Amino acid sequence: MQAVSKKVLDRARELMRDGTVSRVAGWKAGEFFYDCEPALFETEESLKDLVYNRFCAANLSKFLITNDIASVADRGRTLVLLKPCDTYSFNQLLTEHRLSRDNVYILGVGCEGMCDVDRIRALGIKGITGVDESEDGKKLTVRTLYGDGEIDVDGVLVNKCETCKGKAHKIFDELISDNEEEGPRGDRFECVRELESMAPAERFAFWQKELSKCIRCNACRNACPACSCRKCVFDNNASGIASKANTDSFEEKLFHIIRAFHVAGRCTDCGECSRVCPQGIPLHLFNRKYIKDINEFYGEFAAGEEAGQRGPLISFEAGDREPNSVSDKGGD
Amino acid sequence: MRRIGVFVCWCGSNIAATVDVAAVVADAKVQPGVVFAQDYQYMCSEAGQNIIKDAIKEHQLTGIVVCSCSPRMHEATFRKAAAAAGLNPYMVEIANVREHCSWIHKDKEAGTEKARVLMRAAVAKVMLNVPLKAGESRVVKRALVIGGGIAGIQTALDIADAGFQVDIVEKNATIGGRMAQLDKTFPTLDCSSCILTPKMVEAKASENIRLITYAEVEEVGGFVGDFKVKIRKKARFVKEDVCTGCGLCMAKCPSKKGLNEFNMGLNNRPAIYIPFAQAIPNVAVIDKTQCIKLNTGKCGLCEKVCTAKAIDYTMQDEFIEEEYGAIVMATGFRPIDASKFDEYSYSTCKDVVTSLELERIMNAAGPTGGVLLRPSDGKHPHSVVFVQCVGSRDVSGRGKPYCSKICCMYTAKHAMLIRDKYPDVDVHVFYIDVRTPGKNFDEFYRRAAEQYDVDYIKGQVGKVWEEDGHLVVRGVDLISNEQVILNADMVVLATAIEPDPTARKVANMLTASIDTNDFITEAHPKLRPVESPTAGIFLSGVCQGPKDIPETVSQAGAAASKVIGLLCKDKLTTNPCVARSDELLCNGCSCCEKVCPYGAISYDTHLINDHGVKETRRVALVNEALCQGCGACTVVCPSGAMDLKGFSNKQIMAEVEAICL
Amino acid sequence: MPVNENVNADNGSAAEAQATETKQWKPRIVAFCCNWCSYAGADLAGSSRLSYPAEIKIIRVPCSCRVNPTFILKAFERGADGVIICGCHPGDCHYSTGNYYARRRMALLFSMLDYIGVERGRTRVEWVSAAEGARFSQVMNDFAKKISELGENVKVGDLRCRQ
Repeated sequence: MQAVSKKVLDRARELMRDGTVSRVAGWKAGEFFYDCEPALFETEESLKDLVYNRFCAANLSKFLITNDIASVADRGRTLVLLKPCDTYSFNQLLTEHRLSRDNVYILGVGCEGMCDVDRIRALGIKGITGVDESEDGKKLTVRTLYGDGEIDVDGVLVNKCETCKGKAHKIFDELISDNEEEGPRGDRFECVRELESMAPAERFAFWQKELSKCIRCNACRNACPACSCRKCVFDNNASGIASKANTDSFEEKLFHIIRAFHVAGRCTDCGECSRVCPQGIPLHLFNRKYIKDINEFYGEFAAGEEAGQRGPLISFEAGDREPNSVSDKGGD
Repeated sequence: MRRIGVFVCWCGSNIAATVDVAAVVADAKVQPGVVFAQDYQYMCSEAGQNIIKDAIKEHQLTGIVVCSCSPRMHEATFRKAAAAAGLNPYMVEIANVREHCSWIHKDKEAGTEKARVLMRAAVAKVMLNVPLKAGESRVVKRALVIGGGIAGIQTALDIADAGFQVDIVEKNATIGGRMAQLDKTFPTLDCSSCILTPKMVEAKASENIRLITYAEVEEVGGFVGDFKVKIRKKARFVKEDVCTGCGLCMAKCPSKKGLNEFNMGLNNRPAIYIPFAQAIPNVAVIDKTQCIKLNTGKCGLCEKVCTAKAIDYTMQDEFIEEEYGAIVMATGFRPIDASKFDEYSYSTCKDVVTSLELERIMNAAGPTGGVLLRPSDGKHPHSVVFVQCVGSRDVSGRGKPYCSKICCMYTAKHAMLIRDKYPDVDVHVFYIDVRTPGKNFDEFYRRAAEQYDVDYIKGQVGKVWEEDGHLVVRGVDLISNEQVILNADMVVLATAIEPDPTARKVANMLTASIDTNDFITEAHPKLRPVESPTAGIFLSGVCQGPKDIPETVSQAGAAASKVIGLLCKDKLTTNPCVARSDELLCNGCSCCEKVCPYGAISYDTHLINDHGVKETRRVALVNEALCQGCGACTVVCPSGAMDLKGFSNKQIMAEVEAICL
Repeated sequence: MPVNENVNADNGSAAEAQATETKQWKPRIVAFCCNWCSYAGADLAGSSRLSYPAEIKIIRVPCSCRVNPTFILKAFERGADGVIICGCHPGDCHYSTGNYYARRRMALLFSMLDYIGVERGRTRVEWVSAAEGARFSQVMNDFAKKISELGENVKVGDLRCRQ
């Protein structure tokens, strides 16, 4: 991945220099090298801070709309670096007219899976100062205050990368990638099936335990590219859902359930919600449940596979299954 | 500050018997926002409405709740009363404590408790109501009648007579429908053709009526006053305006093996044919499945003999697009398939016929020239057995649960006509009940039984079979409680009638509701019998339920008068409970546009001032004239920008909360 | 002879308490009915005097497609034991296509509710036409029976408790 990374940074600089783009939406390191976060680079000079490494998991599609970068035409084009999974989100946002394609120049960047610093730490490694990658990308040499150590990349992947949807970019202007043909890994619905096989009371206990951890920080919502509303229903008192005055309210209790339904049929399973949750709530289990059901009930559908799709919840077939016949997993 | 008034109706004892209205009033008085509550025997009466009007004025009410019958019954009444007292009519909510409560809950405690909850939910909702103003929409001064039988013809004639344009769309090549197939009509025994054909001619001659025959409705859009309809005019392969109806082509056509539909398939007709002598338009049509030229390219005889040069083998289906203010369904009926009733051997014995087949046999223009001959060998029958209620009043699932209404009378007519013309023929009728509720009906039946010696046997037929060249009928006589075995030369089945199979498709296009038997539902079974619950759709004839000719004609006239009433208006008030998009919240995602069945949502990109931030955004716009208020858009809208007036998210949530309190 | 002579006093009061408890719990059931078919069907059930349990309360909506999943979540959060949505039969929607969208939406929502522990039997969609008063009553009786069998619902409102 280090080879790809270097090409990406060089190409970004070139595109800025030759005037193809006026700015770059990429990542830069935060306080620590593994704290990579979305950033906007307005000058060629500022590009010295641009990084692309194993810790750039953030989905920049959402970053484009939160900053309304791509909606203003007269400011020139923006270069955006998109990993394969990020391109699904980009397409979905195009479908929903939240982005203007003409204002964006997409550099599809190859990805071999992002790493989770917490999982590295969980191996007992402390005082991390840097990471080097082996030639084949399978091993990481972790440099620490106490010496170097080698670990397997596979063991420290971000949760969402463990069940990667595949390395092919669904939309791009230019591609820097050497593993486009790589297919999906793992079974992303295994976790859903496991939960489905429990008894209703067990499932309730599971979710009660998980959701009670929620501190309503809204990180999931802010990271989610399907949460693309200009104003969220939870921030809008007229919606009948939000009620900020009362902390023990409907919205507080059912926030995640409502959010999951709002993004059903639109969620690309980018996994950002679970990745950014500071409490480690497995929010992707909601989204994957919907995706799995949609696939089973109405045929395979991958939101963001291409721009302009008609989503499963705004479509129907005369012979669709009846809601009462929905398979009951342990219940009823 | 909301000031709500609650009015609890006793509806005589309909509500008061199982709901403690005083307790509901007492509970209403302590609801937040409620400043006035009162009960009264009949809220819908003038005195009751005056109570409401006076209270609105006296207590400066900003909204009212009426706990009464279904809003489908009196919502309009109470809205009008509110408006008369200066309150916006959409500040009225109805708690349905009759149909949904007092009528179904015998236990007074449970009924009262539920009525309280329904009242609280209505109060919670009305607290969030906002005044709404109804808009206006145009009325296209033209009506469409679907079906050209006696029902459709009569409706069209009456509408045309009032000076409005009417189009009749008929799926067959001629108008006339079932009545044209009948020989005589009960109870007067006058000739069916003699009274129908002048009406057909009149329809043809009227300058306000356009006949679109051999055509079907393909698509319907729009709404009351402004329907947009696409009609498929099937290719006749004969130019309608050129053909003189001389019939030469029919004589020369070598493909003569088509089943004559008009004669119920009892004889054959050529591939090019005029359905019957008095057909309107009196123009030939080619059956494309049967025509040699159209199937093999050879032949072309009809084209050669046609002196008028009316034949056109290249003719294609044409589409007519037209706007209408009102649509009348007059799609009629057909007899059910008697072969489902194997015990009567209809599909195996030629001499077992249906009543409509007998009608053709008895008709002078029919396959036997009006002479009663048995179909198997053309011989004169000496004994005829009629079986009534074949598939009617049948709850086994094979037939229809309803009474087809006309069978008792036409069977009496057939029996009488046979006995009159051929006194040597014995006539027996098996019946469950003889139903004769109509003017001169019972007299007619008694004449058949008493004067004409028709043998009426109360009981059902178990089996009909063929033996030694004649039929054997085994039935039961319930009065003597004995089995009856009769030899017969012919058996006539009074088959049930069912709505024409096209009715369901047409009703779906018109979004007119349909019942489990495929009859079109009326807006109210007693008070609005010729209207569909879908505004602008009217019902004429058997498509609404079984009826005889006089009833059909009167209903046709009633439907016409409703249509005329509508077309006389220049503007209609539209339903103000329509969708509304908040452009500050709209993401421009187009989800709502995709689910809108009326194309009422469009998108516009314009400058938005979002709390001081000026931005050009793509936002949804609702065309209130097109929106019908279904709310599909509101649920697909992720940001909650789209809401439905009168049924807003907050209102429904408030109802849910009040119910789950 | 006093009937409870041989009955252990403790057992008796426990059974009594249980009886009062079962008596106290009454299911709370919300029914969303579309204005054109099912609400009219409910009216017909009423005018035909075909009863169903008083625990069922009807909310009128223009079309089954107007039922936002949040309404159902709200009902469960407020302690509803069952929610039923009734609309026109597929193909007969007054607005042509509304119930088709509702059907998909509800299939997914019901599956999700089951997934979080609300048994499948607590949610239902039934198509009832304006002419089916008897069916309306039957559907409601069936549903109320099902809810009674399932007993009290999980407290969806406690899904996220402050521990």
